[in-house]
Amino acid sequence: MEAIRNWFQELYDKTGLNFSVFYDAYDWNRYVGGLKMTLFLSVTTILLSLVIGAAGALVQGGRSKMARIAVNAFVVAFRNTPPLVQLFFFYFGLGTLMPAIESGGMRVPLLNNIQWAIISLSLFAGAFNVEIFRSGIEAVPRTTIEAAEALGYTRFKAYIYIVLPLAIRVCLPALNNNLVNLLKTTTLAYAIAVPETLYAVKQIWSESQNVLEMMIVLLATYGILVGVLVWLMHRWERAMHIPGYGR
Amino acid sequence: MSTIRRTPNGLAILHPYRVTPTRMAFQIGPLSAALLCFGSVMVASSAWSQTAPTALSPLEVIAKWAPLLLKGFAFNIAISLLAMLLGTIAGLWLGLALLSEIRIVGGISWFVTQVFRNAPWLVLLFFVMFLVPFQLTLFKTTIPLPDWQKATVGFALPVMANVAEVVRGAVRSIPSTQWEAAESLSFTRRQTMWLIILPQCVKRMLPPWMNIYSLVTMSTVLASIVGVSEMLTLTAQVHAAEGGRPELFAPLYGFALLCFFLYCYPINLWTAHLERRFQVN
Repeated sequence: MEAIRNWFQELYDKTGLNFSVFYDAYDWNRYVGGLKMTLFLSVTTILLSLVIGAAGALVQGGRSKMARIAVNAFVVAFRNTPPLVQLFFFYFGLGTLMPAIESGGMRVPLLNNIQWAIISLSLFAGAFNVEIFRSGIEAVPRTTIEAAEALGYTRFKAYIYIVLPLAIRVCLPALNNNLVNLLKTTTLAYAIAVPETLYAVKQIWSESQNVLEMMIVLLATYGILVGVLVWLMHRWERAMHIPGYGR
Repeated sequence: MSTIRRTPNGLAILHPYRVTPTRMAFQIGPLSAALLCFGSVMVASSAWSQTAPTALSPLEVIAKWAPLLLKGFAFNIAISLLAMLLGTIAGLWLGLALLSEIRIVGGISWFVTQVFRNAPWLVLLFFVMFLVPFQLTLFKTTIPLPDWQKATVGFALPVMANVAEVVRGAVRSIPSTQWEAAESLSFTRRQTMWLIILPQCVKRMLPPWMNIYSLVTMSTVLASIVGVSEMLTLTAQVHAAEGGRPELFAPLYGFALLCFFLYCYPINLWTAHLERRFQVN
């Protein structure tokens, strides 16, 4: 650690390339804090959006016409509007209409900016996931579902144990794309002052006056994050592979 | 849903996977739609007229500022079109470089594509906004670079990388027999690419290209974060001009959502239509 710090300090003294995050403890802590927030946002929104996607796809295949129309409207509305405006609509529009709670003599809003970011981003990615899962379910042959019914599965149980496991396997490449996209979309939380990586890095470069260096760090950070996510998804894909199903 | 297809022989084999976009399957008649609009306007306006007699109701605020907001929206569209134009031209060349037989060209263009494809749009926007100077001096003439032009370039970068991938994918999807046939007719590699392969690619590139366009349009609002006065910036300013009443946020941002929806949804439907028509099995 000490060697890395010295090396970057030396680099600054010699060339003027100021990678302050790597030798300045204060900047480093801020950067790591931002990274943690990005990871937290990514993991929670990925999990929530998967749940929304699976639930939405179940309803879309259901018998209730009203519920189907409602899910279709949700998907169409969230797919065709900018996520940033959605975020503002939720945080400013709905956030100010929500009742505030008393806490220690102060009125604090029911949901803070981080929670609103999670809700908004999950709904955005969830809408895409509904579509991806539905297409996966459509790839499962009717005969398989009939076989499950013949074994006494209810519709819900057949969905959970038979249809979804098969559907997930075929839609993994599309899901992979969408989750990478979601990871990149978490930067939008910057706009409502969630202290994630972009926010932290911008604070660092405004104080340390090293825009170019921090920009490189920022691009590298997201490159690595996306790389790790893609690697994990590919591993998952390989682990779930059933011979004879898919390629 | 009842759209699950049966395999001809009824075997339990997975069907080919393709993401099909959701469409609203129900239709409202013009009469009921008019009644619905009228009803909601009546309810909304009556509720607001009771609470605040002097302040404008949200609908009146939107009606009052709609020309300005729509002008802002037109600016968004202009930015998206320009970014798409720049990105497509650059992306075509980058895509061809990806397919280059010279290894170093292929390697460099692969790296460029990966960087611009995997970086968040907002980060790339910051990248251009902060690192490109606000004016350029070439041969003693100073060219000013206003914010919106820099933002357009910022949006063109990810478009370029995505278009490059689309071009590469389309060229790869052309059967190699086409290359062989062209070779036997003594076409050079360049002639084969431009006269035989790329014309065949146009059709299959169109749907993904339109998807990218829809993405760019929705990303143009990011420019408000870096201070370009497009629709979202104007919306915030209108909100402040109307006294910053918190209950105005939802209708104003709702109006912005509606504008983008009315622009992007038809594009999405058309893309889906083209995808079905051009589907290659």
